[in-house]
Amino acid sequence: MKEIIFALIAGLLFGLGLVIGGMTDPMKVLAFLDVFGLWDPSLLFVMAGGIIVTFIGYHLQLNRSKMLMVEQCHVPTKTALDRKLISGAALFGIGWGLVGLCPGPAFTALYTVPEQGIVFVVAMLIGMAFHDKVVAK
Amino acid sequence: MEPLHEAAWIDWANFTPFASLLGGAMIGFSAIFLMATLGRIAGISGIAASAFFEKEGRIWRIAFLIGLVFAPLLATMMRGEVQPITITSSFPLLIAAGLLVGFGTRLGGGCTSGHGICGISRLSKRSVAAVITFIATGIMTVTVMRHLL
Repeated sequence: MKEIIFALIAGLLFGLGLVIGGMTDPMKVLAFLDVFGLWDPSLLFVMAGGIIVTFIGYHLQLNRSKMLMVEQCHVPTKTALDRKLISGAALFGIGWGLVGLCPGPAFTALYTVPEQGIVFVVAMLIGMAFHDKVVAK
Repeated sequence: MEPLHEAAWIDWANFTPFASLLGGAMIGFSAIFLMATLGRIAGISGIAASAFFEKEGRIWRIAFLIGLVFAPLLATMMRGEVQPITITSSFPLLIAAGLLVGFGTRLGGGCTSGHGICGISRLSKRSVAAVITFIATGIMTVTVMRHLL
C-alpha cells in the first residue's frame, strides 16, 4: 500500500513538473526541436532544472546511501555504448520529432487531448511490445 | 512550409525559462523521491513497458502512470486555468510516431526522462550518447517536416 501511494505521488509530481515546464504541449516541444525556425529553448531549461536537482539528490542517495528508505536501488549497470542504444535513440528521436510527444507527455495527453492521446499511447505500447516480445526474444 | 531562417532565432514570446526551470526541478524531485522510496529510476518508457508487459512489480508502476495522467487535472485545480493543448497531427502520423517512440525507447533503453534526466544525473556515458542522438534525430525530423517538405 505504501508503495502505491509513493508511486502515485511521484507520478503526480512528475506530471506537474511537465505541465509547469510547458512540456505537456507538443507544439512547445516541436518549437525546441525547430532550431532552424523560430526556436524555443525552454526544454533545455527543463532538462537543466531536472538534472541539477536529480544530480544532487542521486549523489547523496547513491554514493552515501543517505536519504534512502529502501534496501536496494535498481540502477542500470551497463556502461558500454552499443549499436542498439544508438539506433534505438535515433528511432525514438524521429518519432519524437514527428508529433512532439515522448513517453511522459504521451501519458498526460491521455487527459489533455484524449482522442489523440489514446491513439499515440496505444501505438507506443504496440511498438514497445514488438520490441520486448518479438525482437528482444 | 515556413522559410528557413539563416541563423537560430529565439521565440521570445513563448520562451519560459523560469517556469521550465521550476518544472524541471519538480521532475527532479519526483526522480529523487522515487529513488528514496522505491529505489527506482524515474524512466517513463521503462515504467510503462513493465506496467503493461511484465508480471512482477506492476502495481507501483500503474500507480505512477495514473498519477502522471491526472497531473494536468491537479494543475488545473491548483491554478484554476486550463492551458489548452492541441495536437494537429493526423492519426496515421500519430500512429507512426507512437510506434517509433515505443520501439525506439525500448531498443535504446530509455527516453527523455530515463536517459535525459536520470541517466545524465548518474553521469552515464550511455545516457549522454542517447540524449545527443535523439535530440539530433528529433531536430532533423522537425527540420525536414517543417522546412524541407
